[in-house]
Amino acid sequence: MSKKIIARDVLKQFPSANGMVTALHDFTLEVDDGEFVCIVGPSGCGKSTFLRILAGLIPHTSGQVEIISSGTDKPLNNVVFQEYAIFPWKTVIDNVAFGLQMRGYSKKERYSIAMDWLERVGLRKFAQYYPSQISGGMKQRVSIARALANDPEVLLMDEPLGALDAQTRAILQEELIRIWEENQKTVVYITHSIDEAILLGSRVVIMTAQPGTIKEEFAVNLPHPRTIETTSQPEFAELKGHIWRTLRDEVVKAMESQNEPTT
Amino acid sequence: MSQQPNTTRSLIITLVILVVVNAVFFVGDLWQSLWWLGLLVNFVLVVAVASRISEYIPIKYQKTYERILAIGFPVLILICWEMLVGAEILSARWFPPPSKIVEALWDLTVEYDKFNKSSLLGRPWLIPQEFGNGGVEGVQTLLNESHVLATMLRVFIGFLFGAIPGILIGVMMGLNKTVRNMLDTTLSAFHVLPKIAIFPIMMLIFPDPFGEGPKIAVIAISAFFLVVISTMTGVRDVDEVYLQAGRNYGANRLQMFWHIIMPAAMPVIFSGLRLAMATALIVIVAIEFVRAKHGVGFVIFYNWQVLSTEKMYAGLIVVMILGVLLTYGLQWLEKRIMPWRQQ
Repeated sequence: MSKKIIARDVLKQFPSANGMVTALHDFTLEVDDGEFVCIVGPSGCGKSTFLRILAGLIPHTSGQVEIISSGTDKPLNNVVFQEYAIFPWKTVIDNVAFGLQMRGYSKKERYSIAMDWLERVGLRKFAQYYPSQISGGMKQRVSIARALANDPEVLLMDEPLGALDAQTRAILQEELIRIWEENQKTVVYITHSIDEAILLGSRVVIMTAQPGTIKEEFAVNLPHPRTIETTSQPEFAELKGHIWRTLRDEVVKAMESQNEPTT
Repeated sequence: MSQQPNTTRSLIITLVILVVVNAVFFVGDLWQSLWWLGLLVNFVLVVAVASRISEYIPIKYQKTYERILAIGFPVLILICWEMLVGAEILSARWFPPPSKIVEALWDLTVEYDKFNKSSLLGRPWLIPQEFGNGGVEGVQTLLNESHVLATMLRVFIGFLFGAIPGILIGVMMGLNKTVRNMLDTTLSAFHVLPKIAIFPIMMLIFPDPFGEGPKIAVIAISAFFLVVISTMTGVRDVDEVYLQAGRNYGANRLQMFWHIIMPAAMPVIFSGLRLAMATALIVIVAIEFVRAKHGVGFVIFYNWQVLSTEKMYAGLIVVMILGVLLTYGLQWLEKRIMPWRQQ
């Protein structure tokens, strides 16, 4: 397997009212081509920060962060944001076709690709709707379709299902599994749900509380195709128990540091 | 539904109180001295009656009933006004009854003021005839006598001359920190200045102090500051996540501007435009009081000078109508430019 993402000794500090805050420290992660890596950590551990650094949206202080290009003209990465970040002033289809439009595809080409993706996420009928006219679950589908339509080398997802209700989340999790099983894209997926991480990922990476670094990694060997029923398998429960024991200390630490009086 | 008998009873009681109170006021001749109390009690009772009645209206017709209230209440006020003047409780001299004001509005519309060489609308019904006599120029003379057209043109041209540079400079200030630092303090200082105060300076600057130049300039300046500030705010307050999404999907600077920043800032820009439009109307009426031979402000002020109260009120109504029309125009534009904002 060839390496797709290399992050070595990443340090991220930013100034705050109480001096320098270290968000990421000694952060090292390598992702193979076609891997689905889920990063789980307590809130505030810097997992979203890492994703944004990886996406090139914010700078890091030191260390190496690289997505290795396969030499095609595909975009290196695209992000599915937690807040959806689909544009309210564009119709559903224009949102999905946005990346292609920015890269100079003709209207006909980009609409045909976008329509294809809308079909796959079940939003064909809503192509001409504005985001304000559709539900949260549909908005996140649009956001995912926007990323996939652009066909990036690496898909970066920042807690994409965090804001959805449990049932909608389950449906979208299955859709994500299906899409990944179809095209085996390299994915880095941020989540705070262990269940989601095991269900979707081929590897689960646990982060420590702030300053964030990698604590432990778990390979997920559950066979594909997976569905929501996968969560009821004994191997799933066993892995979940392992991961939780690792993560628990960090969650407690994160909670304690939040309660500390700021000096 | 079990509350029906109760509602009926309280409705009847409220109606009885309404009649009794008004009878007492009428018989005791209390309106002259206690008119404020009479108005207050009547208002409270009418509200009570109207909300009791709404409980009888089937849900299907609730919207219609709400509309009837929205139109009915002002009509009721007008009827009361008419009656109060008729009963000589309100002076017809200072508060001419609505019927007289409508009459004055009609007179203003059809009359041609020979002394001022003007009419309210420019007598559009004469257009075919004038076109036959003098061609386009004949129609031009006709339109030149119109007060409404004069005011509208000043507002419109001034608004354009203010809003367009306002948006451009506002965008620059929103995008560029240096421009913002250089201009922000100055703009804030000018923003609080009542714009009508610069009218004399404008009359000095322009070669023809009594022409259209200074008037339009003041409108433009008034609109400019409101639009600059709202545009700057709108551009600066674009949600960071949209900017990140735009960049992540490969938008270059120009694409960021057209596809992300402008549409995201548009609602705030439009609220600035709405404010600017209202301010333009305020300023133009004030200017026309002072220095104009045509315009709705002139109509109001001129009729004050000749003590024709009905026509002053008629002038106010014209200003209100213009304000409503301009607002509708802007709303129409808003829907065109921001179709995503409709539910």
